[in-house]
Amino acid sequence: MSKAKPKATKKSKTKKKSAKLNSSDLLGYYREMLLIRRFEEKAGQMYGMGLIAGFCHLYIGQEAVVVGMQACIGDGDQVITGYRDHGHMLALGMSSRGVMAELTGRIGGYSRGKGGSMHMFSTEKNFYGGHGIVGAQVSLGTGLAFANAYRKNDRVSLAYFGDGASNQGQVYESFNMAKLWDLPVIYVIENNQYAMGTAIERSSAETQLHKRGASFGIPGFEVDGMDVLAVREAGEMAVKHARAGNGPMILEMKTYRYRGHSMSDPAKYRSREEVNEVRSNSDPIEHVKGLLLTNGFADEAALKDIDKEIREVVNDAADFAKDSPEPPVSDLLTDVLA
Amino acid sequence: MAVEILMPALSPTMEEGTLSKWLVKEGDTIVSGDILAEIETDKATMEIESVDEGVLSKILVSSGTDNVKVNQVIAILLEDGDDENAEPVKTASAVQKPVVEESVIAEEVKNIEPAPVIALEIDVPAGTKMVPTTIRDALRDAMAEEMRRDEDVFLMGEEVAQYEGAYKVSREMLDEFGSRRVIDTPITEHGFAGLGVGAAFAGLKPIIEFMTFNFAMQAIDHIINSAAKTRYMSGGQMSCPIVFRGPNGAASRVGAQHSQDYAPWYGHVPGLIVLAPYDAADAKGLLKAAIRDPNPVVFLEHELMYGEVSDVPEMEDWLVPIGKALVRREGTDATITAHSRMVGFSLQAAEILAKEGISVEVIDLRTIRPLDEETILASVRKTNRLVTVEESWGRMGIGAEIAALVTEGAFDYLDAPPKRVHQVEAPLAYAANLEALAMPSPERIAQAVRDVCYV
Repeated sequence: MSKAKPKATKKSKTKKKSAKLNSSDLLGYYREMLLIRRFEEKAGQMYGMGLIAGFCHLYIGQEAVVVGMQACIGDGDQVITGYRDHGHMLALGMSSRGVMAELTGRIGGYSRGKGGSMHMFSTEKNFYGGHGIVGAQVSLGTGLAFANAYRKNDRVSLAYFGDGASNQGQVYESFNMAKLWDLPVIYVIENNQYAMGTAIERSSAETQLHKRGASFGIPGFEVDGMDVLAVREAGEMAVKHARAGNGPMILEMKTYRYRGHSMSDPAKYRSREEVNEVRSNSDPIEHVKGLLLTNGFADEAALKDIDKEIREVVNDAADFAKDSPEPPVSDLLTDVLA
Repeated sequence: MAVEILMPALSPTMEEGTLSKWLVKEGDTIVSGDILAEIETDKATMEIESVDEGVLSKILVSSGTDNVKVNQVIAILLEDGDDENAEPVKTASAVQKPVVEESVIAEEVKNIEPAPVIALEIDVPAGTKMVPTTIRDALRDAMAEEMRRDEDVFLMGEEVAQYEGAYKVSREMLDEFGSRRVIDTPITEHGFAGLGVGAAFAGLKPIIEFMTFNFAMQAIDHIINSAAKTRYMSGGQMSCPIVFRGPNGAASRVGAQHSQDYAPWYGHVPGLIVLAPYDAADAKGLLKAAIRDPNPVVFLEHELMYGEVSDVPEMEDWLVPIGKALVRREGTDATITAHSRMVGFSLQAAEILAKEGISVEVIDLRTIRPLDEETILASVRKTNRLVTVEESWGRMGIGAEIAALVTEGAFDYLDAPPKRVHQVEAPLAYAANLEALAMPSPERIAQAVRDVCYV
């Protein structure tokens, strides 16, 4: 399939679920997506309270993408993304306390308060950032894959970027090298339709972003990024492809962010109706909730318990992030050089 | 009168070369401008032209002779009326012109004696064999030694593998290490710099070669935003052990886009180490230190110096410490600071000034960041006068920084305002006369010293 003509892989949800559905997986995805959503809502709230400053890009609406992809990778596989990174970290199992405390700029944060929302890392969880320069993570993620190929260790790297980043030159420089050397990297384009305030039709001559690798011979597929199972299925195919030494693959996740580009974005470039339409009909969490209920994997009460548990985790993270001290003055000049 | 034709020096530090081929034979009549022979340094093959006229009476060094010392007599030319037994005079070196596309030393330098390399502070055990080595080979040896020592080190860049480097720095490395570790890239600086940084994040130790640092402008985002800042932004979690290296500085007659010294650009950035060696020993020892360093290092070589030869200590592990300047020449009347090729110019200036009774101390900065402030301040406290020299523009430059450092740290010791010698504030011109006017020269450096000495 490596050189196959890119084609849509939008799968009928009903058709696939019988083969793939399993109670513990679905409950796990539900829990992870809910954690991201509640965490982000809390972050938004704390931003409004002045506890979080600067740029803060929320992941609300896109949860199925990272949760579905996370289900496809294992120990030692690497993840790198751009500035909208909170969801990726939580999906990787990084502590919600550590992420939230970084948002508040405290010593308990993943970067000891020195990085902020866009610059967090975890060597333990193989999370390589958290990058604030749009598109940089694509070259960097290709480099992570290069290291895997160099070491012949069978690991793959996931490089996430948005529809906006997909117009950066270095993306194509990376595509070229990745295919030239068949590096084990999966390019996950989170197409949430807006590059900041510019709709994709206004920024991109070719809006089917999964085709962007065609001239390098990189197979690409469009995926329903609001459906965690569709994401997982595509992710498994891509990971298998890359791990087998067949080189990179592009997965264009059609998704949507409910909030503005960042906390300071009034989102005047789209209508409230448009947002509500997605929220009502395509919400990734509601989708899994429906599957859990209709298949009898959980009842409303069980889901409420999960909801309550997640709220406690998020509140604990918020309390921790408020109580954690600011970094000591002695940290000002440390970590500049080794 | 018979004329002795001498083996010419093709660069300020060249000591010997190969006389590859005579293009004239004994008995030929030579007019000025005739090409006499091809001489090969490991930098380039050069044609030498005759500046004298007459009949070539004797060839003393035959075609294909290696290791011909500079100033050795290679042939005898008889001028009109001479007989073979006439007392010969030594002729100045023949004019050279390159027959390969590589750039050569600027016109001005050719006419000045090679600068003496005086290494006062190099810590080499007594009895260590010193091996004359080109900077090109010193760099290659440094990379090869570190690649033998550490499997995580690899070399990546345009033309580094099959072509063996645009300046032949990676000669024979593909043969030794294979295509897994010596990697030709597409022409894609932004991309492969980012790829290298990503590999370094993952724990490898990439050496990223830029064909010249002019092209690294395409990649400067990754050098600064990705490589230099990530350790700090991650609270010390992440490391980026990478070396960005390649030729820097003004070449010869290649125009503004290929002629620039980026030392102040990278020297400005916390999180980077910036090195700019002058001789082969430092090129090797500093590059080895750079490859082992856990920080991102910008390693600035000089496009015009790859073929220059100087001694490298033959040691198991020759490492030069990062952050230490070297006093290349001791003096008492004024301090000159310089890096890279300008060290040679400064040493030449010091020679000129010595004849005038002015004793100059020349500091080779070697490391641009972190700057060895103590060595500079100690020198100025002794000499009370400062001249800074650099190829880059003066505004916001290395000299500006050093002048500020000295003003802050040794103000009471200064007997004159510091003086900066640097490229004029314009893009570098192509025209030979304008190019020469734009750049520092030994004479301009000497004049700046006279100025601060009020003579």
